[in-house]
This record gives sequence, C-alpha cells and structure tokens, in this order.
Amino acid sequence: MRVNRHIGAVAIFLVLLLIWQALHTIGGEIVLASPAETALKLYSMLGDGSFWENVAWTSYAFVLGLVIAAVGGVSLGLALGVSRLSSAVAGPILINLYSIPKVTLYPLVLLCFGLGISAKVAFGVMHGMIPMTIFTMNAIRQMKPVYLRSARVLRLTPLQTAWTVVLPAILPEVLSGIRLGFSLTLLGVLIGEMFASSHGLGFLITSAMNVGDTETIMAIAVLLAAFALTSNAILVFFSRQVAP
Amino acid sequence: MKLESWIRLAVVAGSVGAIELLCRTGVIPNSVMIPPSDMALALASILSSGEMTGDIVSTFTNVALATLITVVLGFVLGQSIHAVPWLRASIEPLLASYYSVPTFMFYPVFIVLFGIGRAPIVAIAVLLAIVAMIMSTLNGLDRIPAVLRKTAHIYRMSRVATALLIELPAAAPYLFTGMKLVVAYAFIGVIASEFILSGSGLGYRIAYAYNNFENGKMYGLMLLVLVSVTLVNSGLNAIDNRLQARRRR
Repeated sequence: MRVNRHIGAVAIFLVLLLIWQALHTIGGEIVLASPAETALKLYSMLGDGSFWENVAWTSYAFVLGLVIAAVGGVSLGLALGVSRLSSAVAGPILINLYSIPKVTLYPLVLLCFGLGISAKVAFGVMHGMIPMTIFTMNAIRQMKPVYLRSARVLRLTPLQTAWTVVLPAILPEVLSGIRLGFSLTLLGVLIGEMFASSHGLGFLITSAMNVGDTETIMAIAVLLAAFALTSNAILVFFSRQVAP
Repeated sequence: MKLESWIRLAVVAGSVGAIELLCRTGVIPNSVMIPPSDMALALASILSSGEMTGDIVSTFTNVALATLITVVLGFVLGQSIHAVPWLRASIEPLLASYYSVPTFMFYPVFIVLFGIGRAPIVAIAVLLAIVAMIMSTLNGLDRIPAVLRKTAHIYRMSRVATALLIELPAAAPYLFTGMKLVVAYAFIGVIASEFILSGSGLGYRIAYAYNNFENGKMYGLMLLVLVSVTLVNSGLNAIDNRLQARRRR
C-alpha cells in the first residue's frame, strides 16, 4: 500500500506536468512558460541574491504572523471552549468572520498599521488565527466530559487544567487547525504583498504579472507549492508522532 | 430566541457601539476609520444613487456562476477520485496544502485563455472553491452506510444510477456543508480578484476608493460586502443546521 501511494503521487505529478506542457504547447509563451523554462528560471533565481532578500522578507512576515496566529488562536480557543455558553455565543461569529472576504478589510489594515511589514503580519494573522480558534474550541466541546471532571476533583487551577489536561487531549485537532492556519497565514501574507508592498514574493508576483513574465510567475508558483507540500508533510508526520 | 443568541446580539451591538464611541471621541481618527453610523449613511447614498448598481450586480452574478460551476464540477471530481482509492491516497496531501498557494497569481493565464471580463474572475473563484467541494464530497461518500450501497447492488443498479439515486441523497447533508464553503470561497475569490486585478465589481470599487482616499465610499462598500456575506452565510447555516439535526435523528 505504501509503495502504491508513492507510485500514485509520481503519476499525479507526471500528469500535472503533462497538462502544463500541453497548455504551453497550445497557448504558447504568452499563456504559460514551459516546465523546462520554468525550471531554468527557478534555478537562476535561486542563485540570485536579491531573490533571497525577497524570500527573507516574506518568510519574516510569515513566521511572525504564524506564531502570533497560533498562540493567539489556540489560547482564544481554549478560553472560549471551556464554557458551553461562550462557545455557543462565539461559534457563529467566528464562522462568519472566517467566511468574509478578508481582502475587503485590507485597506482598513493598511490605514491602521501603515504600509510596512506590520500590515502584512496583521493580514496573515487575520487569515490564520480564526480557523485555529474554531478548531481548538470545537475540540474542547467534543472532549470527554470526564477529563474536566477529573481535573476538578484534583483541584487543578484553570491554567493547570488547560496545560496538563485539555491541551494534551485535543492535540490532534489543534495540530489540524495549525496545518490549515499555516496555509492561510501564508496566503494572507502573500495577498498583502501583492496588493501593497515593494518587497517579498507577493511583490515579485505582481510585478511579473504586470509585464506578462510567465516564467517568473510559474517559478514562484512551483517554489510556493513545493514549500507548502513539504511543510504539510512535516506537520502531518509530526502530528502522527505526538498523537498516533 | 435562545439565551446565547441574545448574548451574541449584545456582543455584536456592543462592539459596534464601542467603535462608534471611539470614532466619535476621536480616539480612532477619522482618517483611519469613520463611525459605523456614517458607514451606513454612505452605503445608503451609494445604493440610492445607483452609481454602483452595475458593479454590485456584476459581483453577485460572478459569485453565483462560480458557485454553480464549482458545485457540479466538484461533485463529479469528488465522485471520480473516491472511486479510485490509490488516486485518492496520493491526491489528498496535495488538496490539504492547496490553499497556501495564492490562486490569484494565475490570473494572467486565465486572461489569455478566456479573455478580459467575467470569465477569468469566475475561473479564479472556481479554482479557489473547488477543493472545498471535492473534500466535502469525499467526506460525504465516506460516511454513507455500507448497507445502502449493498442494497443498490442487490437491485443491480448501474454505477450512474447508484450515484444519482443512492449516493447523492445519502451524502446530501455533507454536500450542503461543502456548498456553504463553496459560496464563502466564491465570494473571497471573486472579490479578491476584482480587488487586485480587475477593472469592475465591488472589489475594484473598494480598491479604487482606497487609492483615492474616498473613505466614505470605501467604508460604505465594505459594509455592503460584510452585511451581504453575513446574510447569505446565516441563511445557509440555518439550513445546514436543520439538515445536520435531521441526520442525527
């Protein structure tokens, strides 16, 4: 079964590559750069110092956003999930916040935080924090009530209860929330850079889009997809280790 | 109304009131945010003057088109992936990390493929929403009790008949949850594309107002988007809760 799955992954990869090449052959350079050209472009970009500066800008904003979103989201989820009433009150509000197009609010973020890196971080946090809160909160609601009762019998303080009882019990769901939040924080930071920034990968994408440079667009897309897939695989591996 | 609904209403009303107070007292400067009551007035004048009706209609049409295409296409793709276990095992990690690549970057590709106008925006929204529909379809098909499929087998129903007469109704509650997500993602895809890339629609109008420091118009339009998305979502949520409750019986 394991070998089978790897063959499947390779097959899907090859099919995607074929579709890509076919689109290039039909539409020409103006639609899509060919896979070979993209690989060459990516290779030359990886050897370019200014490209790494942009990667560093994006990574910095992303890591900062992810840490704030994870700590904030999980703590907020813990706080709201402990009581049935507060989670019932907050649930629909959070789901609605999750599904509004947050791009709409980007001008507000820019007006509050200015045009610098803090606006990008804030925008990443806005995207990533809510799913983590929702996952954590729902996980506590579905936890076996006996855990909380035991904590009360042992007279644990709320902080002790959260740290030694609740968090270990809901770790798998928290990790799924962090996986989703990871993707969305990256998306938020990139969209922020695409709309208003003069650094970072999002800025590179927008400037490549404006001049129709499909090689750069595809090279960054491949890089981002590789990064997202690798990180997801690592997070999945990690969550299997801690919560089999 | 239940107690929690009242508290929720109070929380929302309280937050709006607090923002209003902070704006009126000047703690939040007017250049950053205008008071919510002024937003409502700006929205009223936008709606009554009719200057943006074309953009509003265009955005909602795009969302509706994208939702329709995504639901049908996502269900068919979900069915096909579900039917081939090895394909599913290898495609699921791809789907899980799909959302971290900003779909908007492929907009130039779609412009060349579909031309300028509605089609590339709808295509981006479909691309953004389809994974949610595929995932919900897979989830729904997983949870159909085995006895239903066995019954179909006994009646010697064809694959298509089984899909339409047995699997579709049995998975319907899960598919509806997927559809709810599709509508949310379609809104996000359409408005974000208009915001970053297009020359019409609500997203474009908001970005335009921002660039020209027209705070009144900008906040009026933001309010319009927030209110309409909230209304659509609450409607769909109410139906969803009923379906879920029926399933538990």
